Amino acid sequence: MNTEQPAQPDPIEKVSVIISRGSLDEVYPGLIMANGARAEGIEANLFFTFFGLDAIHAKRHEHIKVATVGNPGMHVATWLGGLPGMSSVMTHVMEKQIAELDIPSIPEFVEMISDTGAGLYACKASVDLFKMEKSDFIEQVDDIITVGEFYEIAAGGQIIFT
Amino acid sequence: MPTKTVAGTTVEVNDEGFFTDPSQWTEEMAPELAEAEGIDTLTDPHWTVIRFMRQEFEEKGTGPTVRALGKTSGVTVKELYQLFPKGPAKIAARVAGIPKPRGCI
Repeated sequence: MNTEQPAQPDPIEKVSVIISRGSLDEVYPGLIMANGARAEGIEANLFFTFFGLDAIHAKRHEHIKVATVGNPGMHVATWLGGLPGMSSVMTHVMEKQIAELDIPSIPEFVEMISDTGAGLYACKASVDLFKMEKSDFIEQVDDIITVGEFYEIAAGGQIIFT
Repeated sequence: MPTKTVAGTTVEVNDEGFFTDPSQWTEEMAPELAEAEGIDTLTDPHWTVIRFMRQEFEEKGTGPTVRALGKTSGVTVKELYQLFPKGPAKIAARVAGIPKPRGCI
């Protein structure tokens, strides 16, 4: 009789989630992945780059919108999605649906993820490109770091790019 | 179904160590279950969370997620992770003898 147990894969112990886009449907998935990792006891760090920086920008993170143009998943015709105010209306609808599921708003979610002990980092190249400073970001942001520093922080874990 | 002995009583658990029959759990088992999770001493805030998990499970048939715990248990998310560093909802569910809470947030 074969008594050998099938080998269990090693559990994931650490993740680094990169958020590179700035629309509602592109910010939430990364936040959910990071928060879910912490809930499982997995170490997590979040790295915001390019338009993803809006998710931690003090003045912008409350105003993150759904893209209604060039977003086939929305099932809105491009000409219709381009009408003035369309993105705001669709964002409002989606925010309502999100709240009904008791999913936090982006500002609240980012704060909660910081409270779970996850690290929040902004990408230096993007911060320089957009002429931003540390003071432009919410206080939960741990640091502005280079890509090299990111790899040091990410060492020994999985990297998830969104 | 795997079993394990806690505080001198044999209980049924699943592969992940969660009770499959929460009615087998008693408060006397909590310290031993906590120790197995690396928590040496159960403080008052630990007990607040454990009793809240039990209560929620009895009322709703499922344990709360971290988000729900932070909003309604009276213990903040920050404190929850200090009390249960390896995942508050998951570890507290194991200590409280209820199934693992399911939820993405």
